[in-house]
Amino acid sequence: MNNFKQLITNNIRKFGMIVALVGIVVIFQILTQGILLTPLNITNIIMQNSYVIILAIGMVLVIITGEIDLSVGSVAAFVGAIAGTLMITWELPVIPSIIISLLVGAVIGAWQGFWVAYVKVPAFIVTLAGMLLFRGLTMVVLNGRTLAPFPSNFRIMSSEFMPDLLNGGSYNMMAIIIGIFAIIVYVYSEFRARKIKAAFNQTELSYSLFLTKVILISVLIGLFTERLAVYAGIPYILMILVALIAGYTFFMSKTIPGRHVYAVGGNEKAARLSGVKSQKIKFWIYVNMGVLAALAGLVFSGRLNAATPQAGNLFELDAIAATVIGGASLTGGVGTAIGALIGALIMGVLNNGMSLLGVGIDWQQAIKGLVLLGAVAFDIINKKRNG
Amino acid sequence: MSNIILEMNNITKEFPGVKALDRVNFKVEKGEIHALVGENGAGKSTLMKVLSGVHPYGTYDGDIVFEGETCRFEEINQSEAKGIVIIHQELALIPELSVAENVFLGNERAKKGIINWGETTAETEKLIKKVGMRVNSTELIQNIGVGQQQLVEIAKALSKRVKLLILDEPTAALNEAESENLLRLLLEFKKEGLTSILISHKLKEVLKVSDHVTVLRDGQTIETLVNDDTLKEDRIISSMVGRSLANLFPERHATIGDIQLEVKDWTVEHAHLPGKKIANNVNFHVKKGEVLGIAGLMGAGRTELMMSIFGQSYGKVKSGQILKNNHVIDVSTVDKAIKQGLSYVSEDRKEYGLILDDTIKKNVTLANLTTLAKGMTIDEGKEVNVVEDYRNKLKIKAPSIEQNVVNLSGGNQQKVVLGKWMFTNPDILILDEPTRGIDVGAKNEIYKIMNTLAEEGKSIIVISSELPELLGTCDRIYTLNNGHITGDFMVDEADQEKLMTYMTADGSGKK
Repeated sequence: MNNFKQLITNNIRKFGMIVALVGIVVIFQILTQGILLTPLNITNIIMQNSYVIILAIGMVLVIITGEIDLSVGSVAAFVGAIAGTLMITWELPVIPSIIISLLVGAVIGAWQGFWVAYVKVPAFIVTLAGMLLFRGLTMVVLNGRTLAPFPSNFRIMSSEFMPDLLNGGSYNMMAIIIGIFAIIVYVYSEFRARKIKAAFNQTELSYSLFLTKVILISVLIGLFTERLAVYAGIPYILMILVALIAGYTFFMSKTIPGRHVYAVGGNEKAARLSGVKSQKIKFWIYVNMGVLAALAGLVFSGRLNAATPQAGNLFELDAIAATVIGGASLTGGVGTAIGALIGALIMGVLNNGMSLLGVGIDWQQAIKGLVLLGAVAFDIINKKRNG
Repeated sequence: MSNIILEMNNITKEFPGVKALDRVNFKVEKGEIHALVGENGAGKSTLMKVLSGVHPYGTYDGDIVFEGETCRFEEINQSEAKGIVIIHQELALIPELSVAENVFLGNERAKKGIINWGETTAETEKLIKKVGMRVNSTELIQNIGVGQQQLVEIAKALSKRVKLLILDEPTAALNEAESENLLRLLLEFKKEGLTSILISHKLKEVLKVSDHVTVLRDGQTIETLVNDDTLKEDRIISSMVGRSLANLFPERHATIGDIQLEVKDWTVEHAHLPGKKIANNVNFHVKKGEVLGIAGLMGAGRTELMMSIFGQSYGKVKSGQILKNNHVIDVSTVDKAIKQGLSYVSEDRKEYGLILDDTIKKNVTLANLTTLAKGMTIDEGKEVNVVEDYRNKLKIKAPSIEQNVVNLSGGNQQKVVLGKWMFTNPDILILDEPTRGIDVGAKNEIYKIMNTLAEEGKSIIVISSELPELLGTCDRIYTLNNGHITGDFMVDEADQEKLMTYMTADGSGKK
């Protein structure tokens, strides 16, 4: 039991997030009389928040290095406009258009990274300028009009579901199989990690607690895919999100550049004196953010089936809020991709739940503001108490 | 002794792991200039921080009696209200504001919150004249020299109706003429009845102006000397440094080989002040298996010199070469320096050495992750093995290598930094104040590690403000002052007085 207590205090932030998410889900499930967790609505929540999750993954890296990016909403809109011009006006094929759009995102990221990392203009200013610049350019490219509709195969990525190759009747068998596969992969990786840690006496959890955790998460994955299978199956965007989360989690925790990102954010001077090339790290973090902002722009315009001048308005704030709620620290050095995901889901479920209850957009904004403040205040008070 | 203005009795102040002040007694007479001297880390600044309320009442033991009244200051404002004003070594002026605005900052001449600029300017002009400044009251601080800035601080103190003025190393950044002027000013104030406490490393100045000299050492009051004509510098120095070395330093059997690293004609400019040379045509070398000491006062340029060698991480290198085993090497970036076998353990482990919110594991491996990786992926099993190995070898006391270093004691933090640099497998290990702020036991362990590394044929360079430490651990010692190497001694021909003399020599090579 002591073990358990220790575990909670050591990971209060992590648990706090998950508890908050579960709490919010339970509250809205009750308040909406079960609508929240209907198959249709779960699918909606994923699709509606996919672009914020993509942005939050990029943003968490930026914030870990101790910087900020206010331009991601405008960049997403700009890339959406470019994609619209390529596919709708010029009628270019989909795949090359997507590649060009992502490259545009990379170039924009490199532009901002150059000013932040090498000229050392404060990131707040560089990306505030970027926010205005790319919003303006979006309107220039679109000539103030909306471009629509996109070719239908462009929309697969953002709005379509994986086909049920196995034809399972009322259940989408494809989804079930992917769900089972996901559980197997998850359980295998947990046991493997534990085995490695056990070899060095590094296990944090007692065996029973470990088992409980693995079973709980497996059941969650199972229930989740069951819900999706009842509706239309697994959306392609979910696969993209899972791949991004897994890839970035691996990058951030297991690779040399990933370690360097945390080191630069934790203490840039010490990192530099340890041979870490902090400027290069920051530059590439912005390039990465640019590419992810471009991807978010593509997904958003695909969902909307239009490139509009006002796309992506205030996305930057959603992304920043998600990462901060998810445990990232604006002073740098702390944060995870999973945290950003949970933060984005907390915001997403709040939005969705309040919409279902018929709460107006005015009160939604206000409540989201308070949640953000509360989450960060909780963290700071908690840190102070622990010394 | 009825004219005692300040009495500090049995002051004890502890920081985590160190006793900074140990039952210190300190008495100042009204209207005198009282000098407070001691080596770096002796506790002078801490004592003054206790006095001025920077360390509030309750965080220390003992009591303070000022003008016959027991004082319990909780913050600086309260001590200032009594007329105790401290001028810190790092000046606390706002560069973007004018002289007048700085003088009355926090003490504005105002009625109902609205500043009376006429009065402010007029009073500032008066104060400027009094301290002998030659600038306009509307001049911005950033446009005037350090000497003038020091005078602004004094004007600021005077504006607060100061009774006891404390100056912490006021002349450290000043040239000779400016120092002269400042000391003359102090003597003038004394005639007007102002009491001053002068903290200074420059014993000549101390002897020139002070009435009494109190010596602190290792957080204890050693003695208070009367400055009559018979008091000599040597007498103060021996009081400052004299301590028994006991068994703190492990026995050393050096096997010294060929020259490993040679620095030739090394000249470095200050990072922010172009033209100011912080290393001036420096030549030195270190041999295989040798422990080399660098002695110098604060501000002598020791840290800056070593950091400039370690990947030019300080200042701009103007000229010079670095040779390793007789070949010129390129150490222009930290990365290259590490690859060439250099390592630098910073004097400020929190600022420059550690990622405090990261684990022991991640800190130890940060500078050499490539040896743990296949491609870009870190082999965690190997990493844990390596770090566990260092934890045992260095006796790092922590429940697990997953512990965040912020929770470790100073000594253990220092061992983590040492582990980090040992893991880069350096040939030349530069240690900047390796035992600052850590307890005696941990010091001894770190000395032993230094010996072991030297036995492996590595060259160790130690920067230290504690002369006994250099004398107890090194084979050879250079003295440094003002960016110049002023002396080169084998350890058996050196003693503290000698080193201190050369550390304060003027830098042209002569005493």
